[in-house]
Amino acid sequence: MGENDRQAVLMSGNEACVEGALLAGIRFFAGYPITPSTEIAEGLAKRLPRYGGKFIQMEDEIASMAAVVGASLAGAKAMTATSGPGFSLKQENIGFAAMAEVPCVVVNVQRFGPSTGLPTSPAQGDIMQARWGTHGDHPVIALMPASVQECLTLTVEAFNLAEEYRTPVILLMDEVVGHMREGILLPRKEEIVLKERKKPTVPPEEYLPYKADPDGIPPMANFGDGYRYHVTGLVHDETGFPRGRGIDGDRLVRRLVNKVKDNFVPMVEEYLTEDAEIAVVACGSVARSAKRAVDLGREQGIKVGLVRPISIWPFPEKVIRDLAEKVKAFVVPEMNLGQVVLEVERCACGKAGVYGLNRIDAELITPDEILTKIQEVK
Amino acid sequence: MAVKELLAKYTRMEKLPHIWCAGCGHGIILGSVLRAIQRQNLDPFKTTVVSGIGCSSRAPGYMKFDTLHTTHGRALAFATGVKLARPELKVIVLTGDGDCAAIGGNHLIHAARRNIDLTTVVFNNSIYGMTSGQYSPLTPHKRYATTAPYGNVDHPFDLCELVKAAGATYVARGTVYHTQMLIDLIAKGIEHKGFSFIEVVTNCPTYFGRKNKMGSAVDMLNWLKEHAVPVKAAAKLPPEKLADKFVIGELHRGERPEYVEEYQRIIDGLKGE
Ligand SMILES: Cc1ncc(C[n+]2csc(CCOP(=O)(O)OP(=O)(O)O)c2C)c(N)n1
Repeated sequence: MGENDRQAVLMSGNEACVEGALLAGIRFFAGYPITPSTEIAEGLAKRLPRYGGKFIQMEDEIASMAAVVGASLAGAKAMTATSGPGFSLKQENIGFAAMAEVPCVVVNVQRFGPSTGLPTSPAQGDIMQARWGTHGDHPVIALMPASVQECLTLTVEAFNLAEEYRTPVILLMDEVVGHMREGILLPRKEEIVLKERKKPTVPPEEYLPYKADPDGIPPMANFGDGYRYHVTGLVHDETGFPRGRGIDGDRLVRRLVNKVKDNFVPMVEEYLTEDAEIAVVACGSVARSAKRAVDLGREQGIKVGLVRPISIWPFPEKVIRDLAEKVKAFVVPEMNLGQVVLEVERCACGKAGVYGLNRIDAELITPDEILTKIQEVK
Repeated sequence: MAVKELLAKYTRMEKLPHIWCAGCGHGIILGSVLRAIQRQNLDPFKTTVVSGIGCSSRAPGYMKFDTLHTTHGRALAFATGVKLARPELKVIVLTGDGDCAAIGGNHLIHAARRNIDLTTVVFNNSIYGMTSGQYSPLTPHKRYATTAPYGNVDHPFDLCELVKAAGATYVARGTVYHTQMLIDLIAKGIEHKGFSFIEVVTNCPTYFGRKNKMGSAVDMLNWLKEHAVPVKAAAKLPPEKLADKFVIGELHRGERPEYVEEYQRIIDGLKGE
């Protein structure tokens, strides 16, 4: 089937996220209005009941995150969407979802912070928060779309990963991709591959809700399906009931972290990196400027390429490590004071120079700025 | 039903004995909830019990249903998601006075305002038990707690008045001394369609009792007996006679559309389009 069969539409990243969620089979959304994510809630308030799903505007983001976890336990594919201040509030219950292994999608359309910051201005300051926002060691999957099309496809992917790994998945958008309007092609329903949480194959008497399969992921019964099990944020054993010894915590948290670490292949786009002597590493909307800068650099005969982590977490370590053996330098433009650059430095192990390019004046980083940096480090 | 049968049907026997201190009233509330569930003949496979964090919130761990022990204060918000996603489930929320009136106070008034079909049972021991005796929003004025060493400066909520004002359509208060009445109040709450709320005044001999020189667990039960006044009796008493007392029984019933049903009407209406 060719692309001609798909419907071409003009929409914003936030609207594309709504389409993606519906294609993924979302049946529950709980949220609290906050710029620049509100259109996602508004879109689902309108659309969800038409699919037999439920939308609720909760009293705050803490409650929204809680309701999403509750709904997912009862069997619904569930999502919430927010921005900086709300993302901060959701953290405790994101940790609960990680600990209790409840699939859910959390959209954070990043805005300028800290605090109320600049509510309508873009930034990429929540990259480390997405990784370490909730307390304690925990698994994280976070995806960063760079286009409106990708807001759709990565929303579907976020639901799939949440179901597959039984973990919260963060869709880390930024204000630019959220509000930008672009033409996209709506995929046909048949094109979409959907993943569902694995169901227990044993009768209720034999079900151990937190006994993992060899892949580290336990099958999940939904509340009301007759399995009658216990879910807690306390350290628990395979039965799901609290176990208070340090060794139980060690065993559980290692499994939670490893189920993602051992199975998840980081998603990354590489552009002209084959022969590159300089690699630009950029995510989200900044990657668009970076791609343009790479083209401009190539026009000038500079061997420069782009690495775009699509899954910012887990970070595409191997790609950076391998490139560090070949390239002279990495240039890392980001709309913050240096977060992705820390990961690049870590993976480069001193084998290549790592140069940050940072803006926090609510302006996009331009291709020219990136090109200038490339020329400097060349 | 004999206790043995009740326990076998609705409890995870292997999880007993429970974690509560000797003389703590929480077990009486758990027993009363189970008896009310039994009286209402709830399907054990279609009942979900949700709690927050605290001594009281450990109760669901002993109950043989789908049980969800959440984060501090958030039980009602989690329960809202469960109920909306799967309306055929009966959802019961067990929470403490700190859990639901302090950190979870916002969720409490909003769940009441929505009149969502959840039954909430508050284990009110006037103190934070789990963290060893700090004052809660239900600790009376001038009473002592580890964080109120000179007497509590705060004044407590009347939680029943609060949720009534917020829109709850069934509101009752009981005590762990008046167990038959308590079972009855909880059973009626479960039966009620809409947000039902039962505050249970209970004793914490370990922290609240000791700090406030209230004697043994039995002395504290007697205190409950002497200070609780049934609604009907209270109606006949002048205010000054009720000054140091509290009223128990069914306190309020209201008629309002239930949230999940209202939402379902929207879904059904859109199907026609
Ligand atoms: C976010 C958060 N803050 C604080 C705590 C610590 N904490 C655990 S239980 C509790 C109070 C519980 O009191 P209450 O709800 O009255 O229940 P009880 O233990 O008396 O039954 C507190 C403050 C916590 N677990 N989480």
